[in-house]
Amino acid sequence: MHLVLFFIFGALCVAGALNLLLQRHPINSALSLIVVMTSLAVLYLLLGAEFLAAAQVIVYSGAIMVLFTFVIMLLNAGSEERTHGSKMAYLFGFPGVAALLGLLAFVFLSRSSSFGQAQLGEYLVTTADLSKVLFRDLLLPFEVTSVLILIAILGAVALARKEH
Amino acid sequence: METGFWLFLLISIIKILVVVVILLTAVAYTVLLERKVVGRIQNRWGPSRVGPFGLLQPLADGAKLFLKEDLIPESVYRPLYILAPIIALSCALMSIAVVPFGAPVMWHGVNLFQITDVNIGLLVILGITSVGVYGIALSGWSSNNKYSLLGALRASAQVISYELALGLAVVGVVMRTGSLSLKDIVSVQATHGLLSWNFFGGFQFVAFFIYLIAAYAETNRAPFDLPEAESELTAGYHTEYSSMKFAMFFMAEYANMITVSCVATLLFFGGWSSPFGNLIPAVGGVVVQALLPVFWFVLKVFFFLFLYIWVRGTLPRFRYDQLMGLGWKFLVPVAIANIVVTSFWMALRAR
Repeated sequence: MHLVLFFIFGALCVAGALNLLLQRHPINSALSLIVVMTSLAVLYLLLGAEFLAAAQVIVYSGAIMVLFTFVIMLLNAGSEERTHGSKMAYLFGFPGVAALLGLLAFVFLSRSSSFGQAQLGEYLVTTADLSKVLFRDLLLPFEVTSVLILIAILGAVALARKEH
Repeated sequence: METGFWLFLLISIIKILVVVVILLTAVAYTVLLERKVVGRIQNRWGPSRVGPFGLLQPLADGAKLFLKEDLIPESVYRPLYILAPIIALSCALMSIAVVPFGAPVMWHGVNLFQITDVNIGLLVILGITSVGVYGIALSGWSSNNKYSLLGALRASAQVISYELALGLAVVGVVMRTGSLSLKDIVSVQATHGLLSWNFFGGFQFVAFFIYLIAAYAETNRAPFDLPEAESELTAGYHTEYSSMKFAMFFMAEYANMITVSCVATLLFFGGWSSPFGNLIPAVGGVVVQALLPVFWFVLKVFFFLFLYIWVRGTLPRFRYDQLMGLGWKFLVPVAIANIVVTSFWMALRAR
């Protein structure tokens, strides 16, 4: 059952990502990205990270992507034109991607015995467990990260503010 | 697979069917209730011709909407134009799945009064609500009409802004319960009747009012119905929709109202628990004892629906800058203050 769901949503994720690249209109690409985010949330859920799954849907699909579509709608962005692609991409891009994929595949295959294993649907990290880790064991890094994000927000506001 | 799984599947499907049918009926009759109550508020009768007290009016409305011609304007972006009402309605119907309607009654290991008890039930509802805004946003954009687009932009901005206040308002309740499961949130409040409800005993009334205001904005209802402000935007995001596609938006709006009322009941007013606690002796047989909590639940939800309509009949619409100012400058800080005060209180109590 878990495996079937994994394959369905894994396939949906990859299909959404491909569709994101192939679509010509930005709003279709944005919608494909939402499909990718939501399928990822289901994959998290299958691995037992329920809070992460909910946060993924609320934050990414529900807030950030709404802003994306909002901006696309506000700017009334039209369809992109198809080009033939740059020569650099053909010369270096495709060999580079192939080399990277080959390297990753080689590393994963040769060292597969030393990786741990995760079984689908075997364990569950409840929100209480997660908050114990975040607010007890990792309290300082957690708070420092939140201050970092706050500074980033302030920086964004300062940059976007009109001069008076 | 063993028989237990198939029995579970069968019971779940029956539960889903029953809940969806009841929800859609409730949607139809909430529309009638609204027309009647707003009519009385405005000193007129409301629907009174179809059936006694106009009780068959929803049937007539449904038949009318089914039989109307389904117009699709020429210059719309068809895939999204058709997809948008489906997203809106399915998101509105989905979140009812985690709502517990009555005290847990187990039958073959399945809770009869709740479709599914998820550990993160509250977050599931918040997540589904936040995805539901795509229905409105896409309908406005794909209609290729400036009124629709403006309505959709207003709706997206409004929902994102008020989602924050809504999420922060429920944190106090979650802290008091120590769980995100709606079943647990209710059973914590079910001990001493009215006094253990989060609204009275838990001192979460500030959170409740923030939740209520934010939820009215989330469902695009008066006084926050700017996305469909008739005097400015014709009909807002659903200007170009007709027949069943329009009806789907309409049903989605009322289903969202019902969900919001259910969540307000569950979080702040003790869900299915009786206001008298254990003062009233348990009367009747097993069936009465199982159905009594459902009665209390429905009564509270009905109260909130009535409040929705009452507010609509009473308050004028906000201006757009007032709306944003209220959300960001008032509700969010007060919600954060509520979290701080609640956590201090809990820390003091725990010492």
